[in-house]
Amino acid sequence: MTVLVNPALAAELERSDEFNADACMNCGVCSAICPMGVDVQPRVLFRYVLLGMEERVTAEIEPVFSCLLCKMCEENCPSGVHIAENVRTLRHHLNRTVFGLKEG
Amino acid sequence: MSLPTGDVIGILADNLRLRKSVLPLPTRVATKWTEGLDLPRGGETVLYTGMMYQLIPYIEGLVKAELKFGDSWLARYTGLGRKVNRVVNISAFMARPSAAERALYNQVPIDVAHLLRRAGVQFGALYEDDLYSGALAYDLGADGVVAEHARRVQVVFKKHGVQRVITIDPHTTTMLRSVYPKVLDGYDVEVRSYLEVLAEKGMTPSARLSGEVAVHDSCVFARYEGLVDEPRELLAAAGLTVCDPENSGRQTWCCGGPVESLYPAKAAANAEKRVAQLRAAAPDAVTMCPMCFVNLSGAAGETMRFKDISQYLREAYAS
Repeated sequence: MTVLVNPALAAELERSDEFNADACMNCGVCSAICPMGVDVQPRVLFRYVLLGMEERVTAEIEPVFSCLLCKMCEENCPSGVHIAENVRTLRHHLNRTVFGLKEG
Repeated sequence: MSLPTGDVIGILADNLRLRKSVLPLPTRVATKWTEGLDLPRGGETVLYTGMMYQLIPYIEGLVKAELKFGDSWLARYTGLGRKVNRVVNISAFMARPSAAERALYNQVPIDVAHLLRRAGVQFGALYEDDLYSGALAYDLGADGVVAEHARRVQVVFKKHGVQRVITIDPHTTTMLRSVYPKVLDGYDVEVRSYLEVLAEKGMTPSARLSGEVAVHDSCVFARYEGLVDEPRELLAAAGLTVCDPENSGRQTWCCGGPVESLYPAKAAANAEKRVAQLRAAAPDAVTMCPMCFVNLSGAAGETMRFKDISQYLREAYAS
């Protein structure tokens, strides 16, 4: 299996101090308590970002946009990951790179 | 099946950019609630709806159309629909709620206005300048469009001399209180929910209510804004027995509403899970967000009764 890596992906997504995917320690609490039971969980998406696996991120449009942003996971995250804001950041990225949404 | 995600986001973002709302409403519909209240135009303190309650019956109409079109050949033409929508507001044609549905949601800002008056609060309204906050577009990550729209709202506040805003729903509250300060320069408007204002006033009920009611906390109020105690205090002081379901307060369970515009079937499945929790707590339930109300009451059908918290409070404190 070949994976094309974009090493700059995480840096490109760090629009503000609030994006902190690197704080995730992959414990799985978010996956266990997600009300939606989203197919691809935040910790997996954040791992793709940290590894620069951009194609994997762009292939997961439905999980990214199925998140309720309800913060149930964030409320219970032991590492203080800003999960909702991180997911919103992924949406912003997909809007620009996949959907061609023009800003402003 | 759902409509293409990118095209739906594009239509909503285009509407906000071109028509100041994700789903534009005629001014007479958005301002209907002000009729007969004789509220001053603008002023230091205003009751701000952000059009949220007024929008809900229209969003519901759109979601029903989406569920119908999502399974048909028309879904393939959503991209074309987005192009046409830039010129002609086709989203408005798809959502046509009945007068009864519109009246149900219009009643909420009317009740809140009466409650604030009863509490001795002096406030005005912005009428046609009471703009949508941009909440849905923000959740969908359309940040540039939202920042541009937030600047419009800031201009409106300056034009009317607004220093303090009293909000009704959680989404408008968090946008104006927690998001706008991050995207706007020189934004210093004080934003408080009417529930916080009423709780602080320590009002005495004019009519005592009775019965058990399950409280459904809004995720946005509870986890984004830390607003958990005020609704319980107001309901308990009104005489109701407040029952907390399995997930409550900061551990509340989402109604599913935030994904309704993109994935209506997923939203409905989540609402059914939440209704089961609420039904186990009490025969009646109270919501404090129009999206929670429409999703949960729709999922419950005739199995339990839902009321917006403003309805209980009006009955107890301003009847």
